[in-house]
Amino acid sequence: MNEPKIFGIAAEFESHEQLVRAAKNAYAHGFRKMDGYAPFPVDGLAEALGKKNRLPLFVLCGGVVGGFGGYFMEWFANVVSYPINIGGRPLHSWPAFIPITFELTVLGAALSAFAFSLGLSGLPRPYHPMFNLPEFERASQDRFFLCIEADDKRFQEESTRQFLESLAPVRIADVPQ
Amino acid sequence: MSAGIIPPDEQVRTRLSPLGYPSNLLGPRVTYADVNESISSIVLRDRAPAQWWIGFAVAFCLLMIFFLAVSWLLIRGLGIWGVNIPVAWGFAIVNFVWWIGIGHAGTFISAILLLMFQHWRTSINRLAEAMTLFAVACAGLMPLLHLGRPWVFFWLLPYPDTMGMWPQFRSPLVWDIFAVGTYFTVSILFWFLGLVPDLATIRDRARKVWQKKFYGFLALGWRNSADHWQRHQTAYLLLAGLATPLVLSVHSVVSLDFAVAQLPGWHSTIFPPYFVAGAIYSGFAMVLNIVIPVRKIYHLENLITERYLNNMANVMFATGLMVSYGYFIEAFMSWYSGDIFEQYMMTYRVFGPYGWIFWVLMLCNVLVPQTLWSRRIRCNPFTLFIVAFLVNVGMWIERFVIVVTSLHRDFIPSSWGSYAPTLWDWATLFGSVGLFLMLLFLFIRLLPMISISESRELVAEPAKANAL
Repeated sequence: MNEPKIFGIAAEFESHEQLVRAAKNAYAHGFRKMDGYAPFPVDGLAEALGKKNRLPLFVLCGGVVGGFGGYFMEWFANVVSYPINIGGRPLHSWPAFIPITFELTVLGAALSAFAFSLGLSGLPRPYHPMFNLPEFERASQDRFFLCIEADDKRFQEESTRQFLESLAPVRIADVPQ
Repeated sequence: MSAGIIPPDEQVRTRLSPLGYPSNLLGPRVTYADVNESISSIVLRDRAPAQWWIGFAVAFCLLMIFFLAVSWLLIRGLGIWGVNIPVAWGFAIVNFVWWIGIGHAGTFISAILLLMFQHWRTSINRLAEAMTLFAVACAGLMPLLHLGRPWVFFWLLPYPDTMGMWPQFRSPLVWDIFAVGTYFTVSILFWFLGLVPDLATIRDRARKVWQKKFYGFLALGWRNSADHWQRHQTAYLLLAGLATPLVLSVHSVVSLDFAVAQLPGWHSTIFPPYFVAGAIYSGFAMVLNIVIPVRKIYHLENLITERYLNNMANVMFATGLMVSYGYFIEAFMSWYSGDIFEQYMMTYRVFGPYGWIFWVLMLCNVLVPQTLWSRRIRCNPFTLFIVAFLVNVGMWIERFVIVVTSLHRDFIPSSWGSYAPTLWDWATLFGSVGLFLMLLFLFIRLLPMISISESRELVAEPAKANAL
């Protein structure tokens, strides 16, 4: 195993249409380990790069855990652990338990949406090789980047650079490791 | 600042829809660079404008009054307030309901309008969400201060304590803790998740080391990658979907605090929808009261165009009419019920010792908003500001009328009483306004108050920006 000297090669574009076109091209060309960078969410970019998204499943699980957990808590507290007989009314008065069950369903789903949207993206992560690229500051402002990473199976410095040049970017740069 | 790039005559000219409404979401020929610069420079510049300092100073003084009022309350106890039996819920609960209602507009704008693809939320959603957080923070303090012994507030939470007791989960007051707690948590997550990409923009534009570190830390290493954006957008949409029922549920639960009681004037099935409409009404009024000066001071007319003002005025007006309908039905039902106590309560609400307050309420919440039929009033920032301000006052009075006039005369004349706020009640009310404003001013100074990434999206797709 020889360490790759660079993280990847990045091409810089001026518009989001160009970036999506380039991403589709690169995917068709067989590249898989790559990422697009844009200052706003570009429709279809993740699909063009072949990215998968399992977040909704996690959020569903969070909601289910929150809901069942909430109902269980109420039932356990008011029926098992600390029952209070008020005029012989039923202890397991489920309609009165619904509002909190609902709130905790929402809370569980929301907490998991937040935690997993960041966690699955590997955030928080203060350092990343992409930040070594001086122009990369503009990815959060007005420029669009496509970076093909060096550990992609089809990555070869010369041919990959030539391929990226064929996409007519503004600039191409190596991203240091 | 973008104002320098665009000729003044074009700034003023607004495209009109066939119905005569202003239709631009962005000023003419706004570019990525304009958007980035005009929003982030507010945060990154060295000096805040003089108006900011003046507002901050006022907010600071009010906040000190709040600290004083709260400290004295903790030292002397609830006796310093005007509350007693029968009016055991005084200003604290009035303020609570008022503040939490104000918060609802932020969630309405950020969640419901997002799900409905209303692009006119773009420039105001961040500010409105921040307003929600700060309003809910103020709201949450009120019932805690009203507890009597606020330092044991955690007894309200379910945890296996040494006393072997659990909260009574059938009580609307316990529902309230969960509703407000969830609301605050979801709002803060939603707000922060939306902020992360903009914090990355600020990090990348910052030139000072402390700014790079501070915003870099908050940005969590956001790289704008397709992966990040995909999950971010999914999470954002899901959070919007989750926050949407919260908009309806939180104030419904708050209204159940009243409606589940048997008191005439509280025990009413119209309360949940009527409270929700009132919440959105006062919330939009507060957003307008914040946005109009901010837009003027920071020259954001190109981002917060007239169309935003007009649309917000429309929502405020529509919910205002619903609230007016609620007043009407409340009065009608108390007569139609044939219940002597209900009828008596309504008569005394309107003509009794607190009757004049009821008429001020009618003036502020029913009559004044009728001016919004006029497009000139809706599109004129000055008149709109005044109307929104009166609506806010009116909504506070509404809660006062509901809480105090219902409590002061219930079933048995021997248990009647009266209520007058003390100096400390007023200090707590205005002090909480100080807390709210203080947080708002700090937010405006330290964080981007308009979503930069969403504004860039509008620049990239002009069709969205000028959609009707």
